[in-house]
Amino acid sequence: MSNKTKTTDTQFRQASAEYNFGFLDEYAKKEVRRSVLKAIAIPGYQVPYSSREMPMGRGFGTGGLQLTLSLIGKQDTLKVIDQGSDDSVNAVNLRSFIEMICPGIDTTTQVSEANLIQSRHRIPEEPLREDQVLILQVPYPDALVVVEPSEDKRKIMHGEADYSRLLVKLYEDIVKFNEITISHRYPTRINGHYVIDSSPIPRWDVPKMHQSKALILLGAGREKKIYAVPPYTLAEPLEFDDVPFRVENFNDEHGQRRLCHRCGCDHSFLDEFIDSKRAYKRYQCSDSDYCDEQLTFKTSASNQNLEG
Amino acid sequence: MGYVAIKGGGQAIAGAEKLLEFVRTRQGESAQPLDLDSIENQLYFLHSRIMSEGGLFHPKLASLAIKQSLGDTLEAAFALRAYRSTKPRLIESPVLDTSSMRLIRRISASFKDIPGGQMLGASTDYALRLMRTELLDESPEAFQAIAKKWLDENHHDDIPDTFPKVLDALRAEGLLPSVDEATAEKKPFDITREPLVFPVPRSAALSTMARAETGSILAIAYSNMRGYGDIHPTVAELRVGYLPIMLPHPVTGELIEAGEVLMTECEVVAMYEDDEEGGKPTFSLGYGACFGHNEVKAISMAILDRALQSGMQHGPTNPSEDPEFVLLHIDGIDSMGFCTHYKMPHYVTFQSDMDRLRTTQDKQNSAHQGVENV
Repeated sequence: MSNKTKTTDTQFRQASAEYNFGFLDEYAKKEVRRSVLKAIAIPGYQVPYSSREMPMGRGFGTGGLQLTLSLIGKQDTLKVIDQGSDDSVNAVNLRSFIEMICPGIDTTTQVSEANLIQSRHRIPEEPLREDQVLILQVPYPDALVVVEPSEDKRKIMHGEADYSRLLVKLYEDIVKFNEITISHRYPTRINGHYVIDSSPIPRWDVPKMHQSKALILLGAGREKKIYAVPPYTLAEPLEFDDVPFRVENFNDEHGQRRLCHRCGCDHSFLDEFIDSKRAYKRYQCSDSDYCDEQLTFKTSASNQNLEG
Repeated sequence: MGYVAIKGGGQAIAGAEKLLEFVRTRQGESAQPLDLDSIENQLYFLHSRIMSEGGLFHPKLASLAIKQSLGDTLEAAFALRAYRSTKPRLIESPVLDTSSMRLIRRISASFKDIPGGQMLGASTDYALRLMRTELLDESPEAFQAIAKKWLDENHHDDIPDTFPKVLDALRAEGLLPSVDEATAEKKPFDITREPLVFPVPRSAALSTMARAETGSILAIAYSNMRGYGDIHPTVAELRVGYLPIMLPHPVTGELIEAGEVLMTECEVVAMYEDDEEGGKPTFSLGYGACFGHNEVKAISMAILDRALQSGMQHGPTNPSEDPEFVLLHIDGIDSMGFCTHYKMPHYVTFQSDMDRLRTTQDKQNSAHQGVENV
C-alpha cells in the first residue's frame, strides 16, 4: 500500500476492488460538495442533502464521513479523532475504513501535519490554520430541537431568527438551578443570524469556533444536514448580559487549576479517571496528541536544563 | 492509565470481527455452511423482508446479507442498503402498471366475488400455529420429495397469470375518485437522491414507507388501528406476485422487459369524507407496496398512506397522521444506527455533564448554608 501512514494501526482490512475511491459514487460526492458550498455561503444554515447509507452505523459519524470522503484526494493528509483521541475504537475504525477505501492518502495523528481533520466531540487544543478543514460529526444538527420537535416549524423559526424559546429555556434553567444546565452541544449564533447546534463538543471548545482560521464543516448523516462555520466568522454562544457563557471549570476545591497528571498541562480540557487501586481521581488531557506534544516539549526542555 | 483502555483499538476491532466469525462457524464439523439458495427459498419471508427494508431487489446479495449478519434483520438490510448507496442511478423506469403482475396470491376483503376470483396462494393466515414436531428431524429425502410430489399433482394451466384489479371495478361504479392523471404524470420523488424537506409529496412518503422497518411501520399503523386515528380500512385487494420491470432501450427508447421483481401490493378503501368543494362523495384510498412477500408491511403502509393524506390535508390529529413523526421514525437503518451509537464512548460530553451538575450542586449547597447561617 502506498499509504505513508503515520499512525501505529495494524491495517486489518483489505481494500476491495469493487468499490469506488472514497466509497461513494462520484455523483454522490458532487452533491455533498455542492451542499458544502451552500453551507459556506450561508453560515450556520442547515443544508439538507440526501445522505447516503454508509457501511457503518448511523450515529457513528456517517455525516462527517461523507464530508471527508467527498473532499479527500490522494494529496491529502487526514487525522481522525474521537473523544480527543486518535486511538479510541471509533476513530481507529473510521480511519481504517478511509485508508482502505481511499488508497494513496496519508493519515497522521499530529494536528499540524493534517489538512483534513475529522472529529467527534472535540476540537483540537492546538489552534488550527487556514489551510486546514475541520469536519465535526453531528448527531442532532438543530439547536431548536430541545424546544420544538417538528422540523417544519423549526425551519420557520430559523428563517425568522426566532430563538426566543431557546432563550426562555436558558432563563428557566437559571430560575430553577441558578445555572445554565446545557453542558455540551451549546447553542451558538453564527454570523449574527442562525443559531447552530455546535455538535457534542464541550463548552470548552465553543470559543475555538469564533473567528476560526480553519473552515469548520458539520455533517449529520442520519438527519441529512450539512452546515458550516466559515473561516473568520462570528460564532457567539448564547448568553445573557448578566449571565455570561462559561466553559467547564477544572479548578480543585481550593481554586487551583488541576494539571494533567501526564504532561502537567494547565490549560487543556481534562478527562477524569478514577484510579481503582488507590481510589482517587486523576486528570489527563482529553486531546491525546496535544498531551504528547506537551510531554515532548517538557522532556526536551528539562533535558536542555540538565545539559545546561 | 486512562489511555491504556482505549489503545489498541484496531486489534480490539479485528479481534471482535474474528470472534463473530467464530460464532458464525462454531457448529464446526457437523455443519455445512448455509448456501445462498437455501436462504432465498427456505427463509423466504426473511429474505423478502431484507430486500424490502434494504430497498434493493437483489436476491443473491440479500441472501449473502442474511448469511453474513447471522440472521439479524436490521444488520442484513443495512448491508444491502450500504451496498446500494455506492451505485449511481443510471436509468428510470416509467410508472409501472401492477395489473400486469404475474400473481401468486390475491385476496379481497371487500367483496366475496371479485373479477377473476380470490386466490389464497401460499399463506399462513389460516395456519394453526402448532409446533410441527415432525420437522424436528426431517430427512433430506423426505424434504426433497415434497416439492416434487406437489408439482406432479398440480397442473393449473387454466389459471391466468394476470388478474384485473379490484379497484378498477370500484372506479367503474363511481365509488372511488377517478385516477388523477396529472399526479400520475409527475416525476416521483427519489428519496435516495433528495432529502426529505417537509412538507413532502406523497410519492416521497410512499417510497420512504416502502423501505421501512417492518416492526416500526406496523407499530405506528397499529396505533391508528387501535384508536389513535380512525381510518377503519377495508382491504380492497392484496396481491403478491412478479411485476415485469420495463425500461427504455438505451438506443431506441422502446420499452423492454428487463426482468421481474417479487412484490406485495395492498390497496385499502376507507370511509368517505365530505367533499368541501361540493363534489360527489367517494371512498378514499390508501396504497402500500414493497419488494418481496411482506403482507403485514404492505397493509400497514396502505393504512399509514391514508392516515398521512388525512394529516397533510387537515393537519395531524394523532401521531400516525403526522408525516414528520411517521416518516422520520420508521427507517430501520437510521433508528438502529442511532440506538447502537449509544454504546460508543461519550467521555467528553459526560465530563461536561458532570461539570454542570457539580456546579449546580455547589450553588445549592452554598445557598442552603447561607440560609442556615441566618
